[in-house]
Formats: sequence, structure tokens, C-alpha cells
Amino acid sequence: MRSTPWIVIRHGAVVLSALALATVTACGTGPAPGVSAVPGQTGFTPPKIEAPTSLGPGEGQVNLVNWAGYVEDGSNDPKIDWVTPFEKATGCQVNSKTAGTSDEMVNLMKTGEYDAVSASGDASLRLIAGGTVAPVNTALIPNYADVFAGLKDKAWNSAGGAAYGVPHGRGANLLMWRTDKVKPAPDSWSAVFDPASPYAGKITAYDSPIYIADAALYLMATRPEFGIKNPYSLDEGQLQASVDLLKQQRKIVGEYWSDYTKEVQAFKSGDSVLGTTWQVIANVALADKAPVEVTLPKEGATGWSDTWMVATAAKNPNCAYRWLDWIISPQANAQVAEYFGEAPSNAKSCELTADPKHCDTFHATDEDYYSKVWYWTTPIAQCLDGRTDITCKDYSEWTRAWTEIKG
Amino acid sequence: MNTAAPARPAPLRTPRRRLAAFLHRHAGVRLSLLLSAPALWLGLAYLGALAALFVTAFWSTDTFTGDLVRVPTWGNFQDLLTADVYRTIALRSVGVAVAVTLIDLLIAFPMAFAMAKLASPRAQRWLVIAVLTPLWASYLVKAYAWRVMLGSEGLLGWGYGLTATVLTLSYLWLPYMILPIYAGLERLPDSLLEAAGDLGARGWRTFRTVVWPLALPAVIAGSVFTFSLSLGDYITVKIVGGTSQLIGNVVYDNIGAANNLPFAAAVATVPVMIMLVYLAAVRRTGALENL
Repeated sequence: MRSTPWIVIRHGAVVLSALALATVTACGTGPAPGVSAVPGQTGFTPPKIEAPTSLGPGEGQVNLVNWAGYVEDGSNDPKIDWVTPFEKATGCQVNSKTAGTSDEMVNLMKTGEYDAVSASGDASLRLIAGGTVAPVNTALIPNYADVFAGLKDKAWNSAGGAAYGVPHGRGANLLMWRTDKVKPAPDSWSAVFDPASPYAGKITAYDSPIYIADAALYLMATRPEFGIKNPYSLDEGQLQASVDLLKQQRKIVGEYWSDYTKEVQAFKSGDSVLGTTWQVIANVALADKAPVEVTLPKEGATGWSDTWMVATAAKNPNCAYRWLDWIISPQANAQVAEYFGEAPSNAKSCELTADPKHCDTFHATDEDYYSKVWYWTTPIAQCLDGRTDITCKDYSEWTRAWTEIKG
Repeated sequence: MNTAAPARPAPLRTPRRRLAAFLHRHAGVRLSLLLSAPALWLGLAYLGALAALFVTAFWSTDTFTGDLVRVPTWGNFQDLLTADVYRTIALRSVGVAVAVTLIDLLIAFPMAFAMAKLASPRAQRWLVIAVLTPLWASYLVKAYAWRVMLGSEGLLGWGYGLTATVLTLSYLWLPYMILPIYAGLERLPDSLLEAAGDLGARGWRTFRTVVWPLALPAVIAGSVFTFSLSLGDYITVKIVGGTSQLIGNVVYDNIGAANNLPFAAAVATVPVMIMLVYLAAVRRTGALENL
């Protein structure tokens, strides 16, 4: 992967972050912003840890655990480098450890060897609950003021009213279609679940157990009798309903994708004309002259949102704080968001992206857009929607269900 | 060795000489020293990894922390044996491996025969190089090339699915079938073919009674490659397989997505078992001496 063009690396990173988000969160975020009756957040009391009140001089280095594509020093692509300027500006040498999954991130952070981590969904809550990461004094991070309000104090980056990190960026899983083949333009996920679809055999779906949440999200909107309140919190019956829907969908699916280049190529050739996608894939397909369009369907969608956190046992807390400030600074955040293909978290980044329309394309300022996004969260046995009288199906059971769906 | 001093009749006393003499006298020690490195490799790295895999299959994971729970349980194997879907996938994987092996055999045998018996020695060398050339290109490049060819706007345009997977795997593993058969047929003396002809046997009869029995061990050796490589593959089916999945994908999903190493290990023992059965059957034919 390393020697492949950057776009593939970015794709890898997206997949990883997807997994990450997928693997971890104990928090569900309601589609309505501000509705923060979030389980997971209420399911534990964070250990009492004080955030620093002032910063000292840098320690000369900082050790990071991060997703691929988040800490780039130009070694993958000489033009992609926001680490070297940081090292020059702060004197903090960056040592980056790329993690493959959220579980790996949690395990690496538990070793106490690392100062900061770009945690996703449930990794963040597990880290908070376990006391592995400390609250962050956002007053010491000047750039935090410019972060979109819609990303602050969320269930996956705060606990007990205290911020536990700074938001990195976010994205949504969208519905993409070929404008020359699919008419009229779809505005609902029903387009990919309709058993009598005229596009049978040309529909594509995401190849991961977390895709079950997309089916659950659709059922949540269309079949209220199942009582799904959070697509990551499914009891036995609800999971079965989602699985049945996906088994039915399998008959009209041409192929499943988890590989970025594969989907771009399938839409280009017309082997796929309709299905779930990421914004960045649509951009590449468009650049390749494939007539595609994307939408956030009316039922809402699944997506991701990552957070930079600082270890409780950080040996280099001062450099770690400087890194947090740097990665959400307008310039660096614009670079990383563009490289990775997601919406930046800093409002000022939008003026600094190489593509002036990046923020519009990724809906960075559109809170209304993200209010419909259910950020990837790892299903756990404790129901995330607050039900306590029943256990939910955890991710390993989702994985088995996914195997069964594909048959 | 020592050029400063004049030659002495007794350099026997240097430690190196004494060691050489000792090893010369004790053949057993010499042999065990020679074999210890590869044996260590086989024992620790290879069999050890397999053993670790097998042990892991009896553990489970804590669903919240993702930690391994090192308490022996049959749960993984129970799940594996009770759910129909795993049997279906295992049978499908074996089916794909058998199909790939047969297709490769059909293409490879005439090709290897032509290389070994009909081509000039000079042409032989070039043909061997030609057969090996595809191996120089990356696996992914070749799989993606087939994806483009099989796509609706591609050269073939047959679409994706299990057939596309079999086809692509057959292409990928063909050199592994050609080379052993070529090596086997090259050892077949021409005089035997001539003798068969002199005794009145036509082409088919010569093939059936002389060539095939003598080439069988080589064919089986090739089939071990194509069968085992197909059985463990999960990338090709992801690229051209449409909606289908094989054993490898189940293993991959359980490690990569669910972080459920024990269940993945339990699933991974299935192809190991199938290969053991296959190798045991193959051993009886004597083909393993041909590998």
C-alpha cells in the first residue's frame, strides 16, 4: 500500500478510520444535535483526572498513535507534509505510530508509551472510561476557538461536561448514482433496498459488518414497528430484521466494495450505477469523468468523526498539547482534511484548502447536513440507546451476521 | 592462514583445525549441526505458528476491551460446525479450488508437453521464461487487470462473480501448474514414446498408457500448488467475486473487522485440515517426492 499512489493510501486511511469508528464507540449520537441523552456516556463515570492549567516548555518530542494519513511528514508524498513545519515551529520531534483498528489504538495507548491519539467513536469512550486519556484544557489550545460548534462537547469527545480532546474531522456515507443510468435521481435509501429495483445487479454496498447499521437506519425511518432508536444498538429482533433486509438486498447487489479504487472503477465502467459511497470517491469518479452524483438521503446516513486526545500518563504533555493545537490549526487541518477526504474541524480551514470548494463539497459548515449523520459507533452488548432491560448484539455478532448475509 | 611464520608440519593444534577434525570423525554431530538451523525454522516459525493458531482457536475475546480471554472453550468450533453458512462457504471454497486446479491442468498439460517434447532446447529456455513472466508482475495488478477485462465495458465483459473468480485464479496460478509438469515430462525419456509408437500405439493410447502414468506425480505436485493457493485466497474474490465470499474472507473479516482472533483461528483450521487430508491422499501416490 505504501508505494501506491496517495489516493490509495488515503482510501486505506478511510477504511481504517471506518473500522476504528466501527470498532469502538460506546456512544450513540442522536440525529438531532444537542439530543445528548447518550448511553455509553451515562454508562460510566470517568475517573477523576485533572487537566493541566498551564503549559511548560516543549519536551523535544511527542509520540502519537494515529490513523494512516493523519500524521504526514512528506515520506509518502513530498507535497503532503504538515509535520515538518510543526517540528520546526515547536522543536517537538514527532514519532508517529499508525494503528490499524480502534482496538489496536486502545491497546497501544494502554502501554503508556504514547502521548496523544486520534481516536474514533468508541475508542474514545473506552479510553476515557479506562482513565487512559485525560480531560483536555481547551483554553491551552488557541485554535480550539475556531472549531465548529457542532463538533464540540459531543458524546464521543467529552464526559461529565469536560472536553477530552479536540475534533479532527468528519465525513458521511452517501448515496451515489450514475446520472445517465439512474432516473429519476434517488433521494432515499429505498433505492438500494427495493427488491424490484430496475437496477438489480448494478447496485453496490459497503463490504463491512458496520453496513448493517445502514440497513438499521433505513428500518428506523421506514419501519417504526421494530422500534429502532439507534442503528448501532440492535437487540436480537432488530438485528434479525436488518439482516433479513440485507439478505434480500444481496439478490440485487452486483458487488460489495471495501476498496476505494474498486468502487471508482465500477462506477466509471457502469458495473455499478447505484450504491453507498464516500464523498472522496465521488470526487475521484467525477475527476475521471464518470457522470455521478451523491446525496444525503432523507433517512439520514452513517458517518465518522475523530478526536485527538492526550494520554493521562503522557511523558511529553507540552508537546502533545502543541500537536493538538497544530493539527486543528487552519492550515494543517485544511491539509489533513483534503488529503484524507473529509470535512475539516476548524472553520478557518475552509479558506485555506487547495481546492477552494473543499468545504462545500464535504459540507464542513453545514450542521443541518451533519445532524442527519449517525457517526460510526461500535455496537456493544450494553444497548447504546439507553435500554437496560435487554442486551444488544455486539460487533462480533454483527460480523457473523455479515458473513451469513453474504452467504 | 598465517603467512608470517614459515610453514609448520603441525597446524593441527589450532582450534579451527581441531573442530574440523572433530566434525569429520563424528558424522552425527556434523549432520545435526547442519540441520539445526532449518529444523529450528521449521519447528519454531512454521509448526510453532500453526500450533499457536490452533491453541488460539480455543480462546475467546472480551467484547468490550477486545482482550483475549485465555480460557479454553469449544465455542468457536461449535459455532463453526452448527452454522450452515460456514459449511456452505467451505464447500464453495473447495469447489473453487478444484475447478481452478482442473482448468489449470487442462491448459498446463499440453503446454508443458509442447515445451518439454516438441520445442528446441533454445525455444525451451525462452518458453520457461515466458511462463515465468507473469510472476514478475504484482498479484494485485494482475487481479485488477482481470477486473477491468471482465467489467461490462471490458474486453471480455462477462461480469463479476464466482466464475470470474475461478477464471482469475486459474490465470494467477497457471505457472505453478506448468512448471512441475514441464519438469516431470522433461525427465520422461523420448525413447519410451518412440517405443510406444513402434509397438503400434496411436497418440491417445501412448498418452493414456505411457505419458499420463509417468507424469501423474508431477501433475499432483502442481495440483498441490494450485489447490492450496486457491483455497487460501481472499483478495481475488474481493476484486472480481461480486457478492461471493470464500473461507479466506471469513478469516479476514473476523480479524480485520471484528478483532475476533480466536474465531478467525478456528475458521483458519478448516483449510489446514482440508490440505492435510489432500496431502495425505497425495502422499500415497509418491508425488511429494516430485515437489
